[in-house]
Amino acid sequence: MDSQLIEWVLAAAQGLLFIAAAPLLAGWLQRVKCHLQNREAPSVWQPYRNLSKLMGKRMVLAENASWLFRATPYIVFGATLLAAAVVPLVAVHLPTAAIADMIVLVAFFALGRFFTALAGLDIGTAFGGMGASREMMVGALAEPAMLMAVFTLSMTANTTNLSVATEYLLHAGLVLRPSFLFALLALAMVAVAESSRVPVDNPATHLELTMLHEAMILEYGGRHLALIEWASQIKLMIYSVFIIDLYLPLGIATDLGAKSLAIGVVAVTAKLMGLAVLLVVWETVLAKMRLFRVPQFLGFAFMLSLLGMLTHVVLETGI
Amino acid sequence: MSATIGTPLLLAYGAVVCTLLSGAVSLLAVRRHPDFLHFGSFLFLFFAGAASIGAGGWTLLANLTVTDRFQLGLPWLDWHLRIDPLSGFFLVLLGTLVVAISLYGPSYTREFGRGEHAQPLPPLGVFTALFVLGMQVMLIADDALVFMIFWEMMSLSGYFLVVYQHQHAANRQAAFLYLLLAHVGALVILLSFGVLAAFGGGLTFDQMRAAKLTPLWATVAFACAFTGFGTKSGMVPLHVWLPDAHPVAPSHISALMSGAMIKMGIYGIVRLSYDLIGNVRWEWGMVVLIIGTASSLLGVLYALMQHDLKRLLAYHSIENIGIILMGLGLSMIFLGSGHKMLGTLGLVAALYHTINHALFKGLLFLGAGAVLYRTHARDLDHMGGLIHRMPITAFLFLVGCVAISALPPFNGFVSEWLTFQTALQAPVLKDGLLRTMIPIAAALLALTGALAAACFVKAFGIAFLGQPRTRRVARAREVPVGMLAGMGLLALLCLLLGVLPTTMIEAMAPITQLLVRDALPSATAQGWLWLTPISPQVASYSAPFVLVAIILVFGLGRLILKRGAEPTRRADAWDCGFGHLTQRMQYTSTAFSQPIRRVFRGVWKVEEHIETLADAGSIPRVTSLHYSLHTHDWAWLKGYLPIGRTVLAAANRIGFIQTGNIHTYLKFSFVTLLTFLWIVS
Repeated sequence: MDSQLIEWVLAAAQGLLFIAAAPLLAGWLQRVKCHLQNREAPSVWQPYRNLSKLMGKRMVLAENASWLFRATPYIVFGATLLAAAVVPLVAVHLPTAAIADMIVLVAFFALGRFFTALAGLDIGTAFGGMGASREMMVGALAEPAMLMAVFTLSMTANTTNLSVATEYLLHAGLVLRPSFLFALLALAMVAVAESSRVPVDNPATHLELTMLHEAMILEYGGRHLALIEWASQIKLMIYSVFIIDLYLPLGIATDLGAKSLAIGVVAVTAKLMGLAVLLVVWETVLAKMRLFRVPQFLGFAFMLSLLGMLTHVVLETGI
Repeated sequence: MSATIGTPLLLAYGAVVCTLLSGAVSLLAVRRHPDFLHFGSFLFLFFAGAASIGAGGWTLLANLTVTDRFQLGLPWLDWHLRIDPLSGFFLVLLGTLVVAISLYGPSYTREFGRGEHAQPLPPLGVFTALFVLGMQVMLIADDALVFMIFWEMMSLSGYFLVVYQHQHAANRQAAFLYLLLAHVGALVILLSFGVLAAFGGGLTFDQMRAAKLTPLWATVAFACAFTGFGTKSGMVPLHVWLPDAHPVAPSHISALMSGAMIKMGIYGIVRLSYDLIGNVRWEWGMVVLIIGTASSLLGVLYALMQHDLKRLLAYHSIENIGIILMGLGLSMIFLGSGHKMLGTLGLVAALYHTINHALFKGLLFLGAGAVLYRTHARDLDHMGGLIHRMPITAFLFLVGCVAISALPPFNGFVSEWLTFQTALQAPVLKDGLLRTMIPIAAALLALTGALAAACFVKAFGIAFLGQPRTRRVARAREVPVGMLAGMGLLALLCLLLGVLPTTMIEAMAPITQLLVRDALPSATAQGWLWLTPISPQVASYSAPFVLVAIILVFGLGRLILKRGAEPTRRADAWDCGFGHLTQRMQYTSTAFSQPIRRVFRGVWKVEEHIETLADAGSIPRVTSLHYSLHTHDWAWLKGYLPIGRTVLAAANRIGFIQTGNIHTYLKFSFVTLLTFLWIVS
């Protein structure tokens, strides 16, 4: 009973660490990006300052806003929090990992997107509608590509549970599986699209016509906006940790001793910092694409994961 | 039969009697006290629904099978009746919907008796009763005769319900198409029973079960049954009647049709292929899986293009039937390949989705009816902002939207997740083609789910959010409490089935015991909190946790963030500094689905017309702009219209024998008679 309690406490601590560290990742990303583009960089703590500023603001709502508009930030944050709880950040085997598998994880994001899109339509402005319509299209194409990649991975590990899969891959060692490479590329492309990064969307833009995610949440302010921004920072971190867990699980703690946990923290920090640099390079060399190029981009991701699945069936199991 | 064991069947008889009484009361309503009797008809319908739930629930929970026979009609043809866990499950489904519409109906139908298009109410009540009666007795039928009689009663009374508002030519046309395809379907079902009866030597289901069919004849019987019942379920490409017929019926009947009637097709497929024919083959499963995938994807893509709310919902029924068929197909593939546990899992997923769809589609049609009742609008582009005017209806409709979009923690997600889990076990199969095909089908299911979410963002967002688009919508009021109760019941069940999947799966164990002699002990082995269909290592999902976590975040978040905060201020929405926003600047449903229309072009035949009138002046100025868009179904244009034309042409060709002269007809009869006499001798 006692060890179970400790496991739950650790799981809760990992979840809290996850949401607390997400703005830091965003700050680090911003800083690296500025350095790479020869700009003066803000402190890595800037996202925290932004969040606390927004939290303290007086709320202003549009005249037409309904209860759905006010409830959405909490639902989005709750869904993202749940998703964060099931992703192994420092250690595998924690009890919260059993709440949801990778399919449910995708569904949590879908839940958040569903309500964000509804909130976009709630005020009745053209921007909100435009953002909602486009976001749902991108989501509808990204989700199957993501799930297809997940299926490919889960067929190797015979599980859809992320924590179990991570452990399996950790023990399997570094085996070159072609299906994994295809799935990795597909996952990376979907992750970029889903977390509203260049070339699908640009989180920094303030030109309304090019926005997807930002257009939906244009009417939000104050603590609502803080929750939504924070949720999208967590979402970016979830995707990063997700990819790290599946492709480079080395260093993650498999037992709950203090030493392995410390190694786990250090390892995941280093890997996240490295991945962020890769993302920044990707964002700097690419330009945002036209909206109707996005389906091709995501269709390509889907094809890649399909190819991965076929390679798995043909090469890795034999007929 | 002893008193306690026979009780479920007696309860079912009670349900039948109550339904008959409900119809009789409606007939009496012509004379005196129309209001009182009209109410009485729904009261009896309520009892009928409750008794159905009782009968079905009892059989299911106690795992009983009770048979009975009546001597009715021809002396050597007894009527055989039987209630077992499978029919019990569908009786519960039917009963729940009947209870919901009996709460919803009294206020809703009163609207039909008023206004310029006033309709007599008695026919509606009588045919509703006959419709429900047909389904009730069909479910407890234990021979082909009773089954077909009540199957036809359901189909025919359905026709009268579809054509109830017969002033509109479109309704008559839709009803005719419905009738035509219902009969084509019934004929094919009859053929399937014919094969089984020929091998079994009789019309009772017991004889059919005992029949030893060769694989070829078993496949013929299955193909006929699948086609026939599939027509009733609205699977692609036999779906064309559904999006026409369901929307034009009164909304509570649409709920009953989409919720219960098309499920009777699923009942038929399961009953015939698992129970009567038996020994399912994986080849059948492959066909069912392919048709299911096509139905789900095409259903949702067509739904996305609709702007009539009820038509949109009708297309989603096709999508959901596709998802159910995918589950069944997977189950057949695994059973046919000797993987009994996975076959059971697929069957559970399919049946789970069957009851889920009945609940949320019933809820959504009742919600659409509530909007129709207050605003007289079916077109999404005439609605808007209803969340302010009808807050409770909006909330309940939102529950239905979340559930049908397969989002946690509601019920639609559980059954789709189970279907995914079944599909992901494809590597155990030996056949390389199947191992590839099944994950692709699963990915297409994911696409379907995501598109469904897009479609319901559109449906809810355009209808209930934003600003009202017409004056009538701006003045709408909340609907009466009875209608809310009907919807609320279904919404509550959507949540319960989503949060307590383990309980539901345990309750369904007798069905799989009956059909495949296996259950899913592993799914519920970790207690009610954890759903683990195969094993905790492979996959797990805890719906109660999800619900609690979201509620906690909501409560705590509001508590912490709102503490000490200044009161909220209301201001105008951002208009880019150009002056006031009007309701005409909002996204419409057509605009909302434009990106998807562009991505998947080719799936529909799209006709787009833009008419502009310009001022002839030195500076051309557009004075009026008219935009119209029509999307057509390729199955109708390329499949049904050519068949219709061929039939008409053939009829014209042989029409010359119809001279209209009595002598010619007498001659025909005489020659026919002679020919038969010659054959007989």
